[in-house]
Amino acid sequence: MRELKMKLTRRIVMGAAAACLLFSGTAAMAQQTELTFWSWRQEDKAFYQDIIKKFQEKNPDISVKFEAFAPENYQTILSTALAAGRGPDVIQVRAYGNLETIAAPGYLLPIDKQTVPELANFPDAALAAETLRADGKIYAVPFATQTMLVIYNNKIFKDAGVQPPQTWDDLVKVSQTLKSKNVTPFANGTATAWQNETIVGALLSSMLGKDFEADIVAGKADFTDPRFVNALAKLKDISQYFAPNFTGVDYPSSQQLFVAGRAGMFAGGSFEVANFKKQNPSLDLGVFASPVQKAGDERLVARFYDGGYAVNAKTDKKDAAIKFVRFLATPEYGTLFTNQLKNISPIKGIKVEDPLTQEMTKLADGAMSYLMLVHFRYQEPSGSVLLQSNVQKMLAGQQTPEQAAAEINKGIATYYKPFQK
Amino acid sequence: MPVSPKQARTWKHRSWVAFLVVPPIAFMSLFVVYPILSAFAYAFYEWQGLARGEFVGLANFQQVLFGPTMAPVVWNAFLHNVQALIALMIIQNGGGFLLAWLLYKEPFGFRFHRIAVFVPVVLSTIIVGFLWKLFLNPNFGIVNQALYAVGLDSWAKPWLGDSSTALWALILANVWHFIGFPTLVYLAGMQRIPSEIIEAARLDGTNEWQLLKNIVWPLVAPSTTILFTLLFIGAFNWFEIPYVMAGLDGSPFGSTDVLGLVFYRTAFGNQSASIQNFGLGSALATLIFLFIVVFASMLTLWLRRREIQF
Repeated sequence: MRELKMKLTRRIVMGAAAACLLFSGTAAMAQQTELTFWSWRQEDKAFYQDIIKKFQEKNPDISVKFEAFAPENYQTILSTALAAGRGPDVIQVRAYGNLETIAAPGYLLPIDKQTVPELANFPDAALAAETLRADGKIYAVPFATQTMLVIYNNKIFKDAGVQPPQTWDDLVKVSQTLKSKNVTPFANGTATAWQNETIVGALLSSMLGKDFEADIVAGKADFTDPRFVNALAKLKDISQYFAPNFTGVDYPSSQQLFVAGRAGMFAGGSFEVANFKKQNPSLDLGVFASPVQKAGDERLVARFYDGGYAVNAKTDKKDAAIKFVRFLATPEYGTLFTNQLKNISPIKGIKVEDPLTQEMTKLADGAMSYLMLVHFRYQEPSGSVLLQSNVQKMLAGQQTPEQAAAEINKGIATYYKPFQK
Repeated sequence: MPVSPKQARTWKHRSWVAFLVVPPIAFMSLFVVYPILSAFAYAFYEWQGLARGEFVGLANFQQVLFGPTMAPVVWNAFLHNVQALIALMIIQNGGGFLLAWLLYKEPFGFRFHRIAVFVPVVLSTIIVGFLWKLFLNPNFGIVNQALYAVGLDSWAKPWLGDSSTALWALILANVWHFIGFPTLVYLAGMQRIPSEIIEAARLDGTNEWQLLKNIVWPLVAPSTTILFTLLFIGAFNWFEIPYVMAGLDGSPFGSTDVLGLVFYRTAFGNQSASIQNFGLGSALATLIFLFIVVFASMLTLWLRRREIQF
């Protein structure tokens, strides 16, 4: 019966989309072009409205209508509207595999440095996130860089007399000290599946290293590689310092534990910082990249690009839409984005005010990829699905790091040629 | 040709019937029959997001049932649905039967209890799910707190994080939520039994167990038919409680995965882990639908046969 509900939702959505088009049509003034702009960032509505005002100061003939949807339904609502030949003129889209489901059927307008010269403002890795692998074309202007790292509570660290760790052994010592002072070292729990992937990215990147990533991509190594297995073993070891009963602690509970100042560290995404600060402005936070195996190794965070702004291929207001998207690719926009949303814009040469955001921006520069999302979330079973469930199982003590690595490898090998030996 | 009054009456009658019947049939066709048929058709195509690709015949069905990556997930989920069905059959429907018997005997305060048992049924499943998720929180949930309070520390567990207890936690939350429904239906069934039958049995000296087993249970068979059929359909469409309490992934590591979750993840993708495949999702939905239709019909026919007229 699920399909009925689904159909019904689709009908409602299509109706809503039609209504939007209707209204946008009648509301437009004589020579004004009105663009519709869809997003899943309901919480950033005020920011985008401000941006639209700034855009209009330069382009008085174009107005933009911002509409946000619940993130969990966004992809469904959007692809339904696009499949029906409708949808907004400017679209906030995801990256990697989720971009492909929309870009591959030809719903998005390909862009390049001729149509959007501002693409030169972005690093290649950011553009790669919005590129369709099949045709090598770029389909969106990237909007945010995210990194997986460790966020720590400065006050707790000071009270316990510990410093942010450099090496893995330091991290173990810091955790021991905090625990001996009755502070939960890590707020993390593993009950929410995707948290397991963020924990791996936040804690193990430096131990895996850029070489490991290069070898995986080149097909010279697979996930049964000792570098991966050993890193998982370290994770299993450090998990004794996670939240009490961590296998049953879900994502919101672990966030609360950290926001309430009851845990020293949170292994997670850079996107948490703004959220933590909003919930408890008195928190004194710091961040550090995953610790290294031995002093002198390169310290890395795991980086990915969150998504981008794309133009609907079927829009009849192409010129206006491209103008707006070009504006969203300027350093001026990137600066506002970073400083107001405390999220890192991938645009080069922006001025970051907040020192913590500044530090995260610096860490993002020399990062390795957030492996599974960047390279293995295009087919099923995705690397993310495999990593999440197998690490969850390993941390629950139901399988060894070797077994977890073998399972992950076996799943990816079903479609990734270099692993099929 | 003049129309006779009789013909006019028939015509009037027929148009009245048409007036009553056509809108619901049109509504049903548009919102029930058409979506089912189109989902069935979708299952034969390859999809890119929601854009339809090539016709692929039965390939999607083959993938769902026997594919090396999808089939283990589907069968794992199917077995959890079966486990939920059997457990709910015994605990929820069986418990409902016993509760109904208690209420039927009108103990002290039965009016209050009759309402109290039914109240959770009225609550939204989403709320019940969140509530139980809080109750079962390993660190501050009342379940573990209560165990600590009575000194049963070793019994406290991360209920939803332990693969051996997570599915049972969902089943029990479901029982708490819905047990009022079988209770009410059975109570109504028991109240329909002519009191002479029960009095006669008592005069013959039956004990409580014999009375329940040989008199009451067979005579509430129509209630059982309805309840078991509904439970069967519900158990294989189970979605809300697992979704709210364990998440789209059937956490931890697939131990709470059910067909509804697999369908949703496959058809719409899981934002934080996977991408969507509408063809496989439609194929799975079609298979679930056919399974339910065929087996629910067989179950109903079989249950009907054991009903007794009185």
